[in-house]
Amino acid sequence: MKTLIKNGTVYIEGKLIKQDILITDEIITRVDDVIKVKADNEIDAEGLHVFPGFVDLHCHLRDPGQTYKEDIISGTKSAAKGGFTTICAMPNTDPVVDNIAAVEYVQRRAKDLGFCKVHVIGAITKKLEGAEISEMANMKEGGIIAVSDDGKCVQNAKLMLSCMKYATNFDIPLIIHAEDYNLAGKGQIHSGKICSQLGFSGIPTLAEEVIIARDIMLAENSKARLHIAHISTAKSLELVRQAKLNGMKITCEVTPHHLTLNEEACLGFDTNTKMKPPLRSEKDRKALVAALRDGLIDCIATDHAPHADFEKEREFDHAPFGITGFESAFAVLYDRLVTKGHLSLERLVEAMSIAPATLMNLGDKRISAGNPADLTIVDINDLTELSPETTLSKAKNNPWMGKKLKGKVVKTLCRGRITWEA
Amino acid sequence: MNDTPQFLGRNVFDLDDYSAEEILYILEAAQGMKEINLREYKKIPTLRGKTICTLFVENSTRTRMSFELAASRLSADVVSFQASVSALQKGESLQDTVYTLDAMGIDLYCIRHSSPGSPQLVHKYSGKPVINGGDGRHAHPTQALLDIFSIWEKLGSLEGLKVTIVGDILNSRVVRSNLIGMKKLGASVTVCGPSTLMPGSMEDIYGCRVEYDLKTALQDADVVMGLRMQLERQTEGLFPSLEEYSKHYVLSKETIKWAKQDALIMHPGPMNRGIEILPEIADGRQSIIVEQVANGVAVRMALMFLILGGKA
Repeated sequence: MKTLIKNGTVYIEGKLIKQDILITDEIITRVDDVIKVKADNEIDAEGLHVFPGFVDLHCHLRDPGQTYKEDIISGTKSAAKGGFTTICAMPNTDPVVDNIAAVEYVQRRAKDLGFCKVHVIGAITKKLEGAEISEMANMKEGGIIAVSDDGKCVQNAKLMLSCMKYATNFDIPLIIHAEDYNLAGKGQIHSGKICSQLGFSGIPTLAEEVIIARDIMLAENSKARLHIAHISTAKSLELVRQAKLNGMKITCEVTPHHLTLNEEACLGFDTNTKMKPPLRSEKDRKALVAALRDGLIDCIATDHAPHADFEKEREFDHAPFGITGFESAFAVLYDRLVTKGHLSLERLVEAMSIAPATLMNLGDKRISAGNPADLTIVDINDLTELSPETTLSKAKNNPWMGKKLKGKVVKTLCRGRITWEA
Repeated sequence: MNDTPQFLGRNVFDLDDYSAEEILYILEAAQGMKEINLREYKKIPTLRGKTICTLFVENSTRTRMSFELAASRLSADVVSFQASVSALQKGESLQDTVYTLDAMGIDLYCIRHSSPGSPQLVHKYSGKPVINGGDGRHAHPTQALLDIFSIWEKLGSLEGLKVTIVGDILNSRVVRSNLIGMKKLGASVTVCGPSTLMPGSMEDIYGCRVEYDLKTALQDADVVMGLRMQLERQTEGLFPSLEEYSKHYVLSKETIKWAKQDALIMHPGPMNRGIEILPEIADGRQSIIVEQVANGVAVRMALMFLILGGKA
């Protein structure tokens, strides 16, 4: 089957240029100024942008075990609606993905029923308990792309060093959720002005920074390949900058919410402003935007963390951490950063597609002949309006619910098949 | 011309929602209520037919009794919900609890809860006015109002007064609400305590002065307020011992000399005698600690009266 996308403004090698794209079955077969062939399906992309399908290195599909929050079908549907064609699922499910059987379960469900490609991330330690190394090598055979104890953090430095050495032995990257448990304590929000005012226990920036500093040193020693998840503080960025300058292979990601919101969002006690790491100070937020712009931050990841209404609809300090992210990611960043001149559209697209795929070796996502037809078609003039009624996620825990944001994903193609259409 | 502040149906989450004029109006209303409390028959019929619920998810006998007495003296019906003996213990959510209570026809909620922001939730779920009786370390507006009332009654005004609050500032909701209220009425407030028990950015947020040394903090103070120092903070690693704390921060005959000669001595209670305050001071000539408790009932009556539109 041939699909022809006509007259779109296409992201190619860092530029936005007018091109036609021909897809044959699952593969892009031609990209050219003007393509005139008879296609089975023609998509008129006049006035629209065509991007490489978005890639998310960090999400929680809650399947197996917590399917009342989300499952692989609803999660991948929601991802497709947000323009994602490839996502990576974190292992903190129930049971934890810390063995090959669990890896294969997620992969099979995603392959049979999913609306995008799903890669699996395995646990660093068994049951995420921070006590014993998980069967990483077996899981690698099963297809995991990395290991992470995301949501948890290995506190024992000696064990972490072992995990790094072992992972490196099998060429497995480690994704670090950096949080010192003692410093974070029972913290609810960023330990700053708003925290002092509202009387919450705070999560200091130090809780993240001391672990990043530690893990950089451990990685230097073990030659591990580190990727820092959801980086949130200015000082963390300095640590990563220094490590990169020292020639270490270290990368990091940032979430849309840490780029666009700060601690003041918590003033109204909205539990959809509660996540880990917490929304930081305006100074931190600005440093994150600058670092994304200059490439110190390698990519954007949503940390899509669905929770049921009854879990979030309660006292702030009793509600779980996390917000959904797939369907808001592009629009939030386009509306809040690109239209305001803080970030170029080209850099945003790069950081949401090619960059994350490259750093985790997820394949060539460029729009060029021979590559899989994973594409996201966006109308930058239309509005995304998130609502509890129209979200495809099972969860509604998102601080932008009810808000109108500029930039809308109108079509998503995964392996040449339309997985979302507005 | 009608400049009378409007209180009907309003919430009291914290004092930041109230102007200086409105706070003064509440103080005057409380003055009237205080007179009722001194009568032989301490009851007026003004809120007859109204139902007030004290929803205490965190235990507090004193504050709950104060709210309930206030409601009774205005002839409102009072229902008391205590978490320790309720469905909340069985895992019912606050939302379901409020829906259940609301179905029984509550007109006003007085809530005490360990979670900051929970009074806002009760209002969201019920649509009824809510008086915050203390939400975590966030706010305790009725305590602040009774503190302010106590000073105002003694000294006539808070304008230009120097108030020093000493102790565990970090864990005190009383301090946060007092800082907001006292500043509105023109007092300048100094907070004093060990640095491990001092939240960050206090000067920025509240325009107060932060001191770590008791002598400096008490200099020229018109009012000195001690706060309860809890033993748990020691096990949390925030200070080494009550003995060492006391040595540096106790309100005693000697340390009180650093304040003005007739400075008022206050404490929100319950007191740890011998730790943050010595009996000689707690029971001394300058102390108004017992009066604070009496004033608490009057202030809460005034709020209930104003919010539920009682007839004077």
